[in-house]
Amino acid sequence: MIKHDVFEKNSIVLLIGILIVVSIGGLIEIAPLFFLESTIEKVKGMRPYSPLELAGRNIYIREGCYNCHSQMIRSLRDEVERYGPYSLAAESMYDHPFQWGSKRTGPDLARVGGKYSDEWHKEHMVNPRGIVPESVMPGYPFLLDAPLRFNDIKEHLEANRMVGVPYTDEMIELAEEDLRAQVDPDGDTDGLLARYPKAQVRNFDDNAKVITEMDALIAYLQMLGTLVDFSAYKAEGPELR
Amino acid sequence: MTRETTAKAKMPLDGWVIAAALVIGTFYATLTAARTEDPVMSVHAYVFAGAFLLGIFGIIKAYFDTSESLATQSADAPIEYDLKVVKAGVIASVFWGIAGFIAGDTIAFQLAYPDLNFDTSFINFGRLRPLHTSAVIFAFGGNVLLATSFYVVQRTCKARLPGVFSSWFVFWGYQLFIVVAATGYLMGATQGKEYAEPEWYTDIWLTIVWVVYLLVFLGTLWKRREPHIYVANWFYLAFIVTVAMLHIVNNLTVPVSWTSSKSYILFAGVQDALTQWWYGHNAVGFFLTAGFLAIMYYFVPKRANRPVYSYRLSIVHFWSLIFMYIWAGPHHLHYTALPDWAQTLGMTFSIMLWMPSWGGMINGLMTLSGAWDKLRTDPVLRMLVVSIAFYGMSTFEGPVMSIKAVNSLSHYTDWTVGHVHSGALGWVAYVSFGALYCLVPWLWNRTQLYSLKLVSYHFWISTFGILLYITSMWVSGILQGLMWRAYDDLGFLEYSFVETVEAMNPFYWIRAIGGAFFVIGSLIMAYNLWRTARGDVRTESRSLAPEAVPSPVAAE
Amino acid sequence: MEYNDVSTFSQTWGLVYLVVMFLGGVIYALWPKNKSKFDHAAQIPLEDD
Repeated sequence: MIKHDVFEKNSIVLLIGILIVVSIGGLIEIAPLFFLESTIEKVKGMRPYSPLELAGRNIYIREGCYNCHSQMIRSLRDEVERYGPYSLAAESMYDHPFQWGSKRTGPDLARVGGKYSDEWHKEHMVNPRGIVPESVMPGYPFLLDAPLRFNDIKEHLEANRMVGVPYTDEMIELAEEDLRAQVDPDGDTDGLLARYPKAQVRNFDDNAKVITEMDALIAYLQMLGTLVDFSAYKAEGPELR
Repeated sequence: MTRETTAKAKMPLDGWVIAAALVIGTFYATLTAARTEDPVMSVHAYVFAGAFLLGIFGIIKAYFDTSESLATQSADAPIEYDLKVVKAGVIASVFWGIAGFIAGDTIAFQLAYPDLNFDTSFINFGRLRPLHTSAVIFAFGGNVLLATSFYVVQRTCKARLPGVFSSWFVFWGYQLFIVVAATGYLMGATQGKEYAEPEWYTDIWLTIVWVVYLLVFLGTLWKRREPHIYVANWFYLAFIVTVAMLHIVNNLTVPVSWTSSKSYILFAGVQDALTQWWYGHNAVGFFLTAGFLAIMYYFVPKRANRPVYSYRLSIVHFWSLIFMYIWAGPHHLHYTALPDWAQTLGMTFSIMLWMPSWGGMINGLMTLSGAWDKLRTDPVLRMLVVSIAFYGMSTFEGPVMSIKAVNSLSHYTDWTVGHVHSGALGWVAYVSFGALYCLVPWLWNRTQLYSLKLVSYHFWISTFGILLYITSMWVSGILQGLMWRAYDDLGFLEYSFVETVEAMNPFYWIRAIGGAFFVIGSLIMAYNLWRTARGDVRTESRSLAPEAVPSPVAAE
Repeated sequence: MEYNDVSTFSQTWGLVYLVVMFLGGVIYALWPKNKSKFDHAAQIPLEDD
């Protein structure tokens, strides 16, 4: 028989009741997703971020770009036509945190890589309305003058490995060299490209003297959505609406 | 005085514990400040160390200044409620509210006129937007919930908050959390997860404060002299417990190092997305809904001077609301890479959520049955009732927007922003304003507010602002959603993205102006409350409704 | 344990859990013996002390 005044009279029972109700619901809904990893389609081309890309991603997060830009192309006809193939779960498997966003004050960036030149990105970041007069994006000229802080880049890779990104000992050991190599087109990049296939090696901000935050951010933007080759990949996905 | 007074009161136990914790904290923060190479961590380590030192100083000062007030009450003495901390919470609510509204209106103007970003790092939109959301949700909303929960739980349990310093630790600890989080955003420290931006050390600090908050709240329930736990306290308890759970799970991060302000979240990609929106939507459900429903269940009956319409309905409301909300998160991820069944589950529960929400709305509104005339004479009650109406409106709009077909249009647009603000401005802020207008005369022992006319002005100016805000965002959101999917005769997309941005401009201006009205309204409130606390009364031609005052002295 | 097993379990037992919780809540609220208690509790905010 249920004791009917337990809730009004016993705060601990009430507390436990609340905890059961709110935790079971969440568990039932969220827990299955953590079994996805074992069955998630291995999509060819996905790899962890190169050290420079990771540093650029951290600047993207720091400046709050996710407040206005999504990185998630939904399986809707107009989005696929505007931005490219819809985003796959595997494409954000190394994203800690995910950056799918919730608002498009600006366009989606999931496949922005390669769509514009480095020069365009640089000018656009320095003075958005100089390139796109109707834009409402803030200007980020200070990125051009800010030297990239990467003395602890090794620790960043280690932290990523702790949360499940498969960085190897070699990648961690050579993190700083790899970061420098990616902005030095004249140097030896064989190691970098072996560790991070398709990594783009350029001096992104056209300033060879210092590695700036602009270098890192453009390197990140230019790799977004470029890892999976969609001419080879057949998506067995939902019908587009 | 009926208190036990001894020649020299002993330091209460919680004073020792908190002081010891603060000493350790000061030591650790100073050590971190000395070792870190991270500029953000360096600033924050000094902020923590300074705040902890002030806390130690405050405890020592309180001990020597007023040895008498530290004595605990004897069991049979009349209850002396701990109202000072509630007063502090009221002041903090008004302060952070105005700060958060101004931050919000600033970014609204930045969208209308982007040069206002001034090309700087500290106050660009990307950094100010989290500052705005955190300021209004956690700083304003959080302080309102702290203040009202401490007031309501004492009154309805007929018991004083336990301890002497614990409630003050919660209050000041929470303000420290706000300051560290806000300065962190301006310096670029963010986890990049919406409404969960504070970095790992700020999260740990909030967890500590929150556990003490839970203990203070539970401690009052344990001490109560009233056999029943009033339903408002159920909602407060659900808010405190569930927010603790959400906060801890969604912030499981691995710091780059103990001296770095940066961390990486445990979850990746699709798992992180679902965890985040499980958190994000339940921040709405348990912080902005359950907590403020507790306010409704106490302040509306109190102000209208009649019991809640149906206590039974309030219980069904409670259990079905907390049960259903927890599932609704995936509606933020329709048509994404989240598995379809999870999207459908989220949509189904979101639609079902409409029923308990409207059950609660009906319960709140019908509490006034037989007293509708008070709406004419009492602008404070009018504010409370309109807040419930907005609650009903946005909890109807929400389920509609969670339907996948609707969501495919509304998602990523300003429609979502408008929806959030009809809930945030119309429901959360209005029910908070109503509670603040009730609390200030009660706490400062004034028979009435300084001016009911100013309350009326506040009400109409803010309501006009909200209407401008919501309607402009409806139009801009639906317009942009339609433009994104418009095709021309040849079957090509009709508009480039930037053309849709250009079309938003007039609506961004209207929204920013609506926001300015809302800010003005809140300034009027601050002035009115300040004069009320001072004990001033404005002579007004029409005699308006008497204040509902809990003390028998002032009762009619 | 495969992803499909877990998600099927969730989708079926989740429904049972929902129905049980809802009925529990309604029965508790409508149980006749509880009425007087609820009537008393509803008056708590209005009591002056």
